[in-house]
Amino acid sequence: MTAMALEGAPRSLRLRVSDTLYRRRALLVLLLLVPPLLWVGVVYVGSLLALLANSFFGLDHFSGQVVREFTLTNFAELGSGANLDVVARTVAMALAVTLACVALALPVAYYMARYASGATRAALYIAIMLPLWSSYLVRLYAWKLLLAKEGAISWLLAKLHLSWVLEALLATPVIGGHSLSFSPLGTFIVFVYLWLPFMILPIQAALERVPASLIEASSDLGARPAGTFWRVVFPLAVPGIAAGAIFTFSLTLGDYIVPGVIGDSSMFIGQVVSLQQGTAGNIPFAAALSLVPIVVIALFLWGAKRLGAFDAL
Amino acid sequence: MTHAVALERVYCDYGAVKAVDGVELAIAAGEFFTLLGPSGSGKTTCLRMIGGFALPTAGRVLIEGRDLTDAPPYARPVNTVFQDYALFPHMNVRDNVAYGLMVRGVPREGRERRAAAMLELVRLPGVGGRRPSELSGGQRQRVALARALINEPRVLLLDEPLGALDLKLREQMQAELKALQRRLGITFLFVTHDQHEALSMSDRVGVMNRGRLEQVGTPREIYDSPATRFVAEFVGAANLLEGDAARRFADGAECALLRPERIRLGAENGARVGGIVADSQYFGSFVRLRVQVEAMTLAVDLGAAAGAPPPSGARVNLHWDASAIHCLGVGAAGGA
Repeated sequence: MTAMALEGAPRSLRLRVSDTLYRRRALLVLLLLVPPLLWVGVVYVGSLLALLANSFFGLDHFSGQVVREFTLTNFAELGSGANLDVVARTVAMALAVTLACVALALPVAYYMARYASGATRAALYIAIMLPLWSSYLVRLYAWKLLLAKEGAISWLLAKLHLSWVLEALLATPVIGGHSLSFSPLGTFIVFVYLWLPFMILPIQAALERVPASLIEASSDLGARPAGTFWRVVFPLAVPGIAAGAIFTFSLTLGDYIVPGVIGDSSMFIGQVVSLQQGTAGNIPFAAALSLVPIVVIALFLWGAKRLGAFDAL
Repeated sequence: MTHAVALERVYCDYGAVKAVDGVELAIAAGEFFTLLGPSGSGKTTCLRMIGGFALPTAGRVLIEGRDLTDAPPYARPVNTVFQDYALFPHMNVRDNVAYGLMVRGVPREGRERRAAAMLELVRLPGVGGRRPSELSGGQRQRVALARALINEPRVLLLDEPLGALDLKLREQMQAELKALQRRLGITFLFVTHDQHEALSMSDRVGVMNRGRLEQVGTPREIYDSPATRFVAEFVGAANLLEGDAARRFADGAECALLRPERIRLGAENGARVGGIVADSQYFGSFVRLRVQVEAMTLAVDLGAAAGAPPPSGARVNLHWDASAIHCLGVGAAGGA
């Protein structure tokens, strides 16, 4: 019918292509998805599969050559005491960093979503994004100076006659150390600083979609502010928290630079992977170890889903 | 006597804007009271001060005789039906309705029974397990009503609750709300900019303009005997007679109101005045003529019983009863 009506009128090529794509949605979708599918499918999934395959290969310890034969020795080695320690330390750090980021990000995100308007909000966005514009290494070494024994933080605490607080913290087992820059506490502080923007922005986006009337309705129905927070605000922020936690958790799990610069010399997963594939040349074991964060994140997402984190989406 | 709600010389400023400018209002227990006014007239701010979401700059808010001016919303015996319904998207309908009981620590079994009864009351049984997003606008509105009523408030505040519904549904909800209010005996304070809603549902109406309460009265008083020029023009269609016309037709009053539907067409003999039909507008149940009478234009509403309306340019003779003229007092100058 349409073709009949248009017969005679010369149709430009551009119009014909546009019409064809409009009628054949499948073709349009295919055209849109081919480039990302090539990228994600071949480059990304392909390298993941190569990683998986490598983790089942062995290493000839005399020649240092990778032996392309199926073996589970790498995974058996993962279960050894030292490696388990590395995994447990990294996961514990990732959890602590994630929780601290949630606690710090919620008030900021809530303020941005509900109260800040116009210029204030723009200024806050910039303040949160600004650190991401400069090099991660520059910021890391800046923190090294701040946290050093003779650094700004201990100087400030001394001026405030609060050195004893710092000393008590550094004397605490597990988190303490020689100085902030040589303690797990320092590593934790720097991780929280680095990943905080990745937590604030998704929570802010989630809270922005919560109309103020919901909070008023909760209060109207008799809930006190704490009740309103836990029953209305927090559940509606959870999708944002889950999204932010994926960032903070996986970024901490995979990082191998921060713990090398700041902290005591205990190892994190990323550092061991880096050493094994670089210095030691044991790529199969490095591959097996780098599957750990993937499995942990998968478990984390599964748990979050079980807890209903994505129900409000 | 204790009023359900009383506002005593209440002011509310937002910066330089006087949202509410000295409102004095007393609402009797069991009354269906409507605050009517254009947007920005301060009616919603009044409601929010009673609900506890806005604090007056000056004056007192009394609920059942208790001074609750500064009390937080959760400490007031009133509940609100919000304009956007404000249903919690992460809870199903049952948990939404039972929310008020949940925060008060009522055990699950008891609150689920009550929630089911409330859903029955708003004629929405069996949707308890659904999410608000799965309901239609009209159904959400009923859920919001059930949720606000479950705490058995002494006063129910309704902030333009029917604004988002289409006309048929709105008329149906108006009737249901009115019936529900009679049955429960709860004081309803209803805010709307829709005069039809205000006139058809309310026991009394308060008309607001620029933060002031211009008139409080029964719907009939508001419509037939508006106190000010603003009320006359805002509620219903109005012919305002001023100057010469007022002197001639309203015994020398400064300003008088003549409703379009009170004017009839008739014979030249005994007519109050004659004029030329300038144009006509068809409204279904009536036709509104604009009749040029000397320097002024009068709106004349003709019902279907009046027969075919005269064409534009026709000469017509206008009749009305003396009682159709309502003089607006000297103090009636206020308003736009």
